[in-house]
Amino acid sequence: MAEAKKKVHFIIERQDGPNSKPYTEEFEVDYRPALNVVASLMEIQKNPVTKDGKKTTAPVWECNCLEKVCGACMMVINGKAQQACAALIDHLEQPIRLAPARTFPVIRDLAIDRTVMFENLKRIQGWVKVDGSWEVHNDAPRQNPRTAATAYEISRCMTCGCCMEACPNVNSGSDFIGPAALGQTHLFNMHPIGEYFKEDRLNALMDKGGIASCGNSQNCVEACPKEIKLTTYIAKLNREVNKQALKNMFNK
Amino acid sequence: MKKKIIVVGGGLSGLMATLKICEAGGEVELFSYCPVKRSHSLCAQGGMNACMDTKGENDTVYEHFDDTVYGGDFLADQTAVQGMTDAAPKLIKMFDRMGVPFTRTAEGMLDLRNFGGQKNKRTLFSGSTTGQQLLYALDEQVRAWELKGAVKKYEFWEFIKIIKNKEGVCRGIVAQDMNAMEIRAFRADTVILATGGPGMVFGRCTASTICNGSAVSAVYQQGAYIGNPEFIQIHPTAIPGSDKNRLMSEACRGEGGRVWVYKDGKPWYFLEEMYPAYGNLVPRDVASRAIYDVCVNQKLGINGENRVYLDLSHIPAEYLERKLGGILEMYSEFVGDDPRKVPMQIYPSVHYSMGGIWVDIKHNTNIPGLMASGECDYQYHGANRLGANSLLSATYSGTVSGPEAMRWAKEGERGSELTDEDLKKAADACRAEYEAILKMDGPENAHQLHHELGDVMNKYVTIERVNKDLDYCFDEVKKILKRWDNIGLTDRSSWSNQEAMFTRQLRNMIIYALVVTKAARMRDESRGAHYKREFPTRDDERFMKTTIAEYDQATEEPKISYIDFDHSLVKPRARNYAVAKKE
Repeated sequence: MAEAKKKVHFIIERQDGPNSKPYTEEFEVDYRPALNVVASLMEIQKNPVTKDGKKTTAPVWECNCLEKVCGACMMVINGKAQQACAALIDHLEQPIRLAPARTFPVIRDLAIDRTVMFENLKRIQGWVKVDGSWEVHNDAPRQNPRTAATAYEISRCMTCGCCMEACPNVNSGSDFIGPAALGQTHLFNMHPIGEYFKEDRLNALMDKGGIASCGNSQNCVEACPKEIKLTTYIAKLNREVNKQALKNMFNK
Repeated sequence: MKKKIIVVGGGLSGLMATLKICEAGGEVELFSYCPVKRSHSLCAQGGMNACMDTKGENDTVYEHFDDTVYGGDFLADQTAVQGMTDAAPKLIKMFDRMGVPFTRTAEGMLDLRNFGGQKNKRTLFSGSTTGQQLLYALDEQVRAWELKGAVKKYEFWEFIKIIKNKEGVCRGIVAQDMNAMEIRAFRADTVILATGGPGMVFGRCTASTICNGSAVSAVYQQGAYIGNPEFIQIHPTAIPGSDKNRLMSEACRGEGGRVWVYKDGKPWYFLEEMYPAYGNLVPRDVASRAIYDVCVNQKLGINGENRVYLDLSHIPAEYLERKLGGILEMYSEFVGDDPRKVPMQIYPSVHYSMGGIWVDIKHNTNIPGLMASGECDYQYHGANRLGANSLLSATYSGTVSGPEAMRWAKEGERGSELTDEDLKKAADACRAEYEAILKMDGPENAHQLHHELGDVMNKYVTIERVNKDLDYCFDEVKKILKRWDNIGLTDRSSWSNQEAMFTRQLRNMIIYALVVTKAARMRDESRGAHYKREFPTRDDERFMKTTIAEYDQATEEPKISYIDFDHSLVKPRARNYAVAKKE
């Protein structure tokens, strides 16, 4: 080809530390087929120079698997929270704008602190209570394959935080637990052993920042990269929480 | 006082060991440079092997054991393998109780599928993200222990070195906070490394970017032996990519996928023709070599490129969705074609390391007080790993290393405690190294150098190995090691400095590349994943031995020797997948 090498134009929102002021820098990366955002950031690492030829540092971001399973590389790309590894350049309008998901505290550049998501899993007791990892000489209960398929759907949640970023009710001024942990609550409550402690999980969602803080904006289900039917499960969970609240009242 | 165990790495093996330690009353400090829920175990797709015998095939645990040893071309410790295959069904039941959403049959039982190198259905699975599901189950259980105070997580902390006392016993580690960049020394009664494989030594591979083998290389440079490092598994079916080769699970073939290329204008199902007994389900080393031969030697790759077809388009879409869903989505997403309608295009890629830190059957390394567990150890797979045996070995190794770490903490000859002075000295040494990296001011870029390392390793130390090429490769890697000194950092920030940490990891990767290359050069035979045209057959007399690589401080090169291992249970026999396996 006689024409100049095709370039991909990035405008990246940068921030040197949690309390520093954000600024933007522009970069150009050589185009190649099947290029994605993570691969582009890797190219910038090899030669961190801005579009105007100014030497700079490579943007900091988090990534691991590059297969859209680990959840690490979530960032806001052209205004939409998504996994950077699966964001193909061919599908994006240029210039491509990268920004950190500011629902979470920014660590540096595109890297964010999602500790709150893992802490939420403690609050909802996101596990099946087993006596121990030893043998119990007894099989776990059989499960309806359709129920198991639903469990599998929810269990693919990779704690990436797209739903948290998209949710208008998750922000620094709110203590809403957010869609991800609510989906997980439903998951553990539907398990035949997990449901023994269903009440504890439902009670945990009655407190401040619990399920009542969901404003039903339906953004989460649109944002979920795993297409988990979050709103469906949150609605089911909401009914369960209400039932439990009534039960609690009568049992007082 | 409670025993304190440091576990480095929170994949399946590290988390399993952590659970066992908590259950035995110990305390764990769990170090990981990512949230443990994002560890690389979650990339395992196809499943986990265990003899459940629920498909009317009279499967036996012995058959699983024998398939593993035979598949590993008789280089695995047989007593260790027996322990693992015996435990497998129990581990599946444990995962089932913990809520892993295994794919089920119509009657609600755990379903099984076929996998390579095994004639019986023996592979349990959760759609096509089995590793993710198993990892999450253990992550959840460990979180419950964290809440009870038995586990303290140090996530986004990078392991740098172990600390030995004056008797040479490992009594702690030095680690660095990846954001604040603070370097600290920690005491422990036992240290378990569960840091995964060294895929990034090869640059583009199926591994996560975090699988750089840096921790393994670090302890090797402190005296830990590496076992069988030359045995690197090349997975036959990956989607080639410039940033990474994305795995296309062996489950595709397990569920009926066929591999072919055009020959004389007609589809040629070469695996089925070459290996009538196992067909598309030959083990990975065999399939990768066949694809390599068809593309490189016979020049029959798709459009003359190094690609062959992996075809699922003849299988009903609904069935594919249920059994393979996730990975077909991934192919569509990254490539743009729908594998339900058109054959996928794939090529072999570096995938797994059978070799790793040498351990005894209880997962102790040669350094007392230091243990290794999971892909970072060398146990269980010999010269080639069977598909779906890695989730098993990762989990099982944790059930061995965890309790053994507690035993050592109580009964081991641990010698003197580390003094505050010892801790300070160890941390100061790491700090000085780190400060020196921050000041590096040469013309080389660490990421560019890493790219070159990957290129040379991929070219010379993968499917077919030639001695003169290995000599050349070794020299090239040594040059890269020299060039490392000329790296210049672009980022000198004292906050979340990824470049500085990567530069430190890179040096460890280069040192490990020398180990793999040298060990491959020295083994003049063909066995499992290690193939030399110059020496096309297995030489049991000379090489039915474990390779041991020991670090030589003066030259920074490995010294290679060979030791015997336990093969007391089945006699070695020729491996031939063209015919049914004989015992």
